[in-house]
Amino acid sequence: MKADDPNIKWVEEPKLGLSGKMYAPMFVQGLATTFKHLKNSLQGKAVTVSYPEQEPQFDNPLIYRGVHRLNKDSQGRVKCVACFLCATACPAHCIDIIGIESPWEDREKYPESFTIDELRCIYCGMCEEACPVDAIELTSLYNLTGRSREEMIFDKEKLLSVYDATKDTEPMRSPGMGGAV
Amino acid sequence: MIEALIKIAIVIGGLMTAAAYFVLLERRMAAWVQDRVGPNRVGAPLSQLNKSWKDLRLFGLGQPAADGVKFILKEEYTPAHVDKRLFVLAPISILVAALATFAVIPFGSILPPGLLSDEPIALVISPGAGVGMLVVFALSSIAVYGVILGGWASNNKYSFLGALRSSAQLIAYELPLGLGILGVILATGSLDLDKIISAQAETGWWFAFTQPLGFFVFFVAAFAEAARLPFDLPECEQELIGGYHTEYSGIKLLLFLVAEFLHMIAASFLIVMLFFGGWHFWFITGADANPGWVQAILRVAVLMTKIFLVILFFMLVRWSWPRFRFDQLMAFAWKVMLPLGLINFVAVAAIDQFRTISGNTSPGMDLLCVAVAWVICIVAWVGISFAGPLVADNRPRADLNPFDIDSQI
Repeated sequence: MKADDPNIKWVEEPKLGLSGKMYAPMFVQGLATTFKHLKNSLQGKAVTVSYPEQEPQFDNPLIYRGVHRLNKDSQGRVKCVACFLCATACPAHCIDIIGIESPWEDREKYPESFTIDELRCIYCGMCEEACPVDAIELTSLYNLTGRSREEMIFDKEKLLSVYDATKDTEPMRSPGMGGAV
Repeated sequence: MIEALIKIAIVIGGLMTAAAYFVLLERRMAAWVQDRVGPNRVGAPLSQLNKSWKDLRLFGLGQPAADGVKFILKEEYTPAHVDKRLFVLAPISILVAALATFAVIPFGSILPPGLLSDEPIALVISPGAGVGMLVVFALSSIAVYGVILGGWASNNKYSFLGALRSSAQLIAYELPLGLGILGVILATGSLDLDKIISAQAETGWWFAFTQPLGFFVFFVAAFAEAARLPFDLPECEQELIGGYHTEYSGIKLLLFLVAEFLHMIAASFLIVMLFFGGWHFWFITGADANPGWVQAILRVAVLMTKIFLVILFFMLVRWSWPRFRFDQLMAFAWKVMLPLGLINFVAVAAIDQFRTISGNTSPGMDLLCVAVAWVICIVAWVGISFAGPLVADNRPRADLNPFDIDSQI
């Protein structure tokens, strides 16, 4: 492309005013901005969260995507119907379900085993969206740690225990579908 | 002899500690300016001694020690493609030059007799060095060698670009630096830093007031010589990944970083001594050549406070101003700083001569001279800003034909 190409639009730099030419006023302006932030920080208005002592505050914990949980219904049974929609939706292929015939009247199948590899998960929330019975949900637990890879593969009992631990602080998102809350 | 050794120990120990803690201060300042908290965790790890004790944080005061240990214990990697001898020589030479500068820079006034001998002790490693400023200048030019050697020996294009930029910058800004000092030397008639301070203490007029133009020129040039933002083109992390010390690691990198802080500290010392009256402060320190113990200690305290404030300013400026483009940097040195320095030199000489001829030494005359100096400063500043604007449009021009434009690019 040549410089006389009609498609090129030539933009002129804005002309500097007196303070711009003299440079010093602009410098004072910059220094004033820096000083304002310095003063604010020294007054304790820094935005940093001192993590282990201070927990981060979420605007809305209900839409945070942290560790998964498997919800229970009002009778304390796992809500999952082993339909594999979450495992199909999962882009990271981290959900592994073995479904067998259900002992209960109200559904045909239930998961004998339900494991999520939390290290493989990308926390996109697609499983939550795919689930037709709101059985799998993402909680706002963000500080997920473990000492081995095996430890980070959560099985059904672990996922149900996450539900027990978080059901009071985080109600199920659609109680109208027969949730416990 | 013992006296000199003690002074060397105090200066080197003090400087190294100061450099370490200024790194911490710099990091904290950077954090504060950016609304962060900064490194505030490393303190006294008491729980390592006894499980039941809690760690003390001490506002992160243990950070410099942790940083030092990290640098020393890190693998010191020498790439295969470097010139080994020069690669080792570069950090050593830059640190030695930076430390040697402090041989002639006083860190106080004078201590009364009776401490070690019956002689009063001058608080400078080599007292009575009549050419102090010359030594400082000579050693600060040697610092350029460290940078160039580092960049050359690294055999890496980014390092070499950084070193080249650095040499051009340091050589260009040595001129305004010298011109800024020239006015002070003219006014005091001495190259001895101690005499320059005494001259300001006796009149009570710091040279920042009587030679404002010289002060601005020297201040800006000192920033450039210390390679601090907005003049940190030798390093500029975003463009050159650290410039001349890109290939360095471990203790060699530490030497470069310490030398950089020493340059900044030396620049602050010079700014304070040449233009802010050194250890002098009105009504507190007195001006006589033989102070008592209280005054002698007050003078050291005043000097250190002033230097600390100047260093704080250095650190604040770092986050206030973006870096110059290289052509702007050169234009600033040659088109702005150099003429301003020359104007200052002529103005100082003229005012001094006017004063000598008039034979009037009253305070009113002092005030008149200061007023004239400030008027000259403002007029010169405004004149230069209109005559040599820093903003140069160096894009290809639309009104030239394509062939010319291609050759421009």
